[in-house]
Amino acid sequence: MIIEKNAIAGTLESSDAQVTVEPADHLEINIQSSVINQYGKQIRDTVRQTLDRLEVSDGIITVVDKGALDCTIKARVECAVFRAGNASGQGSPGEEQ
Amino acid sequence: MINAVGRNIPDELLVHGKEVYQGKNYMDGKQVRKASPVTVRHEKPQESKLCETIREACEKCGAHDGMTFSFHTEFRDGDYVAAMVCKVLVEEMGLKDLHVAATSLGTAQDIFADYMEQGIIVEAQTSGVRGRIGETISNGKLQNPVIIRSHGGRPRAVEAGEVHIDIAFLAAATSDCCGNAKGQGGKNNCGSMGFANHDAKYADHTVIITDTLVPFPNLPSSISCIDVDAVVVVDEIGDPKKIATKEARLTQDPRELMMAKNVANVIAATPYFKDGFSFQTGVGGPSLAVNRFLEEHMEKAGIKMSFALGGTSSAICALQDKGYVDYILDTQDFDEGAAKHLFSNPHHIEIDLSEYANAGNKGAYVNKLDYVVLSALEIDTKFNVNVITGSDGILRGAPGGHPDTAAGSKCCIIVTPLIRGRMATVCKDVVTVTTPGDCVDVLVTDYGIAVNPLRQDIIDCLDSAGIKHVSIESLQEKAYDLVGEPEALQFEDNVVAIVEARDGTILDVVRQIKPYSFD
Repeated sequence: MIIEKNAIAGTLESSDAQVTVEPADHLEINIQSSVINQYGKQIRDTVRQTLDRLEVSDGIITVVDKGALDCTIKARVECAVFRAGNASGQGSPGEEQ
Repeated sequence: MINAVGRNIPDELLVHGKEVYQGKNYMDGKQVRKASPVTVRHEKPQESKLCETIREACEKCGAHDGMTFSFHTEFRDGDYVAAMVCKVLVEEMGLKDLHVAATSLGTAQDIFADYMEQGIIVEAQTSGVRGRIGETISNGKLQNPVIIRSHGGRPRAVEAGEVHIDIAFLAAATSDCCGNAKGQGGKNNCGSMGFANHDAKYADHTVIITDTLVPFPNLPSSISCIDVDAVVVVDEIGDPKKIATKEARLTQDPRELMMAKNVANVIAATPYFKDGFSFQTGVGGPSLAVNRFLEEHMEKAGIKMSFALGGTSSAICALQDKGYVDYILDTQDFDEGAAKHLFSNPHHIEIDLSEYANAGNKGAYVNKLDYVVLSALEIDTKFNVNVITGSDGILRGAPGGHPDTAAGSKCCIIVTPLIRGRMATVCKDVVTVTTPGDCVDVLVTDYGIAVNPLRQDIIDCLDSAGIKHVSIESLQEKAYDLVGEPEALQFEDNVVAIVEARDGTILDVVRQIKPYSFD
């Protein structure tokens, strides 16, 4: 997928994560987390794997995590990427019809 | 040296007779000579001990560089007096090298964090560390490591002479002109003065700070005029509305109610649940709700409690008013209702922290406790509990009476959800041990109950009552399945806090946290 425009998904509620994506000519991942000391690397790996699966090679990805589980982080990254690629609501991969 | 809970205690801390934790009851039977304070003779007739300002009282008591001052935290987050006094000592009098002996340190004492960073407060010992002070200390900005003591450990250290208080500044709801003081009858009431009155007996000097001066004699009183040097009247000593950090009403959260119900079921299945049993609980959601389910079991069994101990909420007062509780022995009131209830029933009585929980006297009330229900930030597969450091390694909690009641009681039950957000409450190793696993008997979570294998008797009781239980390892695995296995925290070498066991040995240390790096 190509990040065509800015998009956001998720909230700053406890146990959620807010993911923002912006177009760029390189890939950059920024992570803030309330559980960074214990789960920073796992969050980074989850974000990377999700981006790889969606074939995102460029973009600035910012995750503000409030202690979300991996499944939540995956869902928020996917949703932000789909919105940024104008794929949201058009039968995007992984979205139930 | 590695201690009995497997923690490595630096050798340089093991001086002046300090030992590492050896297991519970290690010091039992040992003789101790009590330290005594210096007093001043007042033989001449005396009109009043009133001072115009805090500064005048400080000067009268010989406030000096390097002194240790104390205060109580019965007003919790609503306390004004500690910050007010410290400002006078530092900003008006220019004192330095100050040592703080607190019952707790929290957001009401945020200003202390500045004085720690400036090197004016150089040493602190406390039960709790929260808010900015916790971050300041965790970042290594206090000159000497803070000593964390339980509510029983503090009076033990004072009586053993390990802490010598030069001046105790004690907020009181009412006082007369000679220092007969208590926590009731004024503009701002905290109820029990159990955190304060022991200091009045052991400090060289005691200053009472009140906002409600009443005619002499203010009796019966919690603090006696014979221990008081000076009385100062200020506008406001605190905000009692901030004593209750959580709404002291019964939780409606079905998960918390289920845990509370299971705790009550465990209690009712053990042999200590008979007429005249004793009980203590905290005010967290599930702990408080235990009172309600316990009432049902007591009604069914036709039995009453002989005494409820420690921090007191309106829920336990209501149980007393219904006739289910004979005595409430109160060190601290958790809400305004409980503060008002104190003494209104002649069997609702104030006790001090030494009477409550001190392992260094001839038998504190915790030694007569049947059940205690406590919460935890973390509990590990050895049943060690952490209530002082967060999952980020920062000081943000308080042992309070946790280690004392766990050790003294016949059955200590920890009630906590399996996970909080992404934090596994049940884990392989707690960040910091504040209550050793040999004092903890049962764990109740929303995913199941586990019993400490040391307590085969309780395992048998639950089995015959048909209460299901699992191993604590299986709960820990379940937690990690849900949230993932946490990375170990990264610490620097320097020690920022020493966690003292209730007997005075060293249970654990907290080191300075390293800034997180992905590399």
